Amino acid sequence: MSTQQITRPARLGTETAIEAVDLVKTYGRVRALDGVSFTVRAGTVFGLLGPNGAGKSTTVKVLTTLSAPDSGEATVAGLDVRRQPGKIRRAIGYVSQKPSFDPVGTGRENLVLQGRIHGMPGRRAGQRADELLARFGLADAARRRAGTWSGGMQRKLDVAVGLMHAPQVLFLDEPTTGLDPQARLEMWAEIGTLAQRDGLTVLLTTHYLDEADHLADQLVIIDRGRVVASGSPDDLKNELSGDRIQVELARPDQAGEARHAIVAATGQDGITADGTTLRVRVAGGGTALPRVLAALDDAGVEIAAVSLSRPSLDDVYLHHAGRDFREADTSGSRA
Amino acid sequence: MTTFASHSGFLTLRSLRTLSRQPAYLLFTLVQPMVWLLLFGQLFKNIARLPGFGTGSYLEYLTPGVIVMTAMMTAGWSGTAFIQDMERGVMDRNLTSPVSRGALISGSLAYTAVTTVVQSLIVLGVGLLAGARYSGGLPGVLTVLACAVLLAMIFGALSDAVALLVHQQEALIAVSQFLVLPLAFLSSVMIAPGLMPGWVGTAARYNPLDWAAVASREALGAAPDWGLVLSRGGLLVALAVVMSWLATRAFRAYQRSV
Repeated sequence: MSTQQITRPARLGTETAIEAVDLVKTYGRVRALDGVSFTVRAGTVFGLLGPNGAGKSTTVKVLTTLSAPDSGEATVAGLDVRRQPGKIRRAIGYVSQKPSFDPVGTGRENLVLQGRIHGMPGRRAGQRADELLARFGLADAARRRAGTWSGGMQRKLDVAVGLMHAPQVLFLDEPTTGLDPQARLEMWAEIGTLAQRDGLTVLLTTHYLDEADHLADQLVIIDRGRVVASGSPDDLKNELSGDRIQVELARPDQAGEARHAIVAATGQDGITADGTTLRVRVAGGGTALPRVLAALDDAGVEIAAVSLSRPSLDDVYLHHAGRDFREADTSGSRA
Repeated sequence: MTTFASHSGFLTLRSLRTLSRQPAYLLFTLVQPMVWLLLFGQLFKNIARLPGFGTGSYLEYLTPGVIVMTAMMTAGWSGTAFIQDMERGVMDRNLTSPVSRGALISGSLAYTAVTTVVQSLIVLGVGLLAGARYSGGLPGVLTVLACAVLLAMIFGALSDAVALLVHQQEALIAVSQFLVLPLAFLSSVMIAPGLMPGWVGTAARYNPLDWAAVASREALGAAPDWGLVLSRGGLLVALAVVMSWLATRAFRAYQRSV
């Protein structure tokens, strides 16, 4: 997925579609962004991954000129967010976390209004609206009030509105949050074609690890307003050398003995424990697993379950942020 | 400038489309003026016989005041549309589109102006049916409409600004509860200036509702003092400009908070 996009020529004359340098943004005493930097190449899908409250939406608000950073620099489509906000607004599409269509207007009316705001003549706006409605499979509902549509259709309409003026850069803030699995897969398919078919640069935020893994060519993991890791999903996973063995204990009181046994069997002391679950990272999981099981058996540890897995973005997050993703996600506040 | 005008126009049309699909809203806003005109007007109709009141028919005295008061009350809810747009992502999307902040305000105010004209004509018509006669004729009626629109713009801009600063519907309720009624009673809408206590008369001189009521009543009368109409009208224009500018500035506060 990523190789074919790296070779595609950039649209903007410059390779870089978005550049953020050391962005800081505070709300009162809360430091929402604490020095965020990253670069997005033109024509790729870029993921901002992090738990709720990590600073993803704030980053998007700064890059879309909605909100001014306290310090730091950023350019979008070669334009400076502080000095050229008007030009940036012509070059970008923004799909916010909240539904951003008018529920009393029909789907088509919503699209046409957005086109007119971007200076399209009435007829062209109508044609473009019909084109997008067809593309997203919304043509049948086009003349019904958008407020009566299903959640999945409404989310597609939000994205279509963001695409109305054929922007160079599209910002998608949590595009699939709240969607049912079927609608989510459909949305993934749409987002996947945006960069490939339209040569668009897409920046998407998500707190779904599988979504970032599936869609993003490159991503940064954000935690508490800081970038804790960056690279392609594969790079990030490969960086964590080796596979993960996860052991779930039947008895919590045996955690200590289990830990000793695993250290002895693998020679690794970087074991993370989370209640009755122990995780260890080893090179060559296939050969290490029998040794671990034998050692645990010898120590008399009762095991509820064992699993061996290739590193996931969960592990990447855990490794870099030092805490479990889901825990961080539920403890964080919305930002 | 043409972009500004066309953007304002698109936004006004969007609001009118919304209203055309929920026309009951316009009816709700007509309940209050009917109560003032038909109930209050009947109940206090003998007030016009007081020496020094100056006119024969209380209904004729009351109608222009009720029109501008209705314009003020309805416009006070103008910010509701902004709050709904902020609760959804519509406001944020507009602010990241090439729509100027001024166009968002003028779109909102133009919509308020259109609904005010419709409402005012209905109230004028009801007054007519109830027996009021407007000696001022067409120039008088046009002046009443202009005053109602200017007052609606002043309070529409205030309501928009409060919406942008506070983001809560409750704040708009506070605007209408704490501002609208006191302003109505600190004015000559219901009682002739000559019969007011002195301090109320003094307060009324600084009350935009009173400016609009005085100018409207004067223009609808048999022998209008156009100097008085113009002086009050000028004050309304000046305040409308200032309030629109302040409402546009309020976007800065909103954007600092998002």
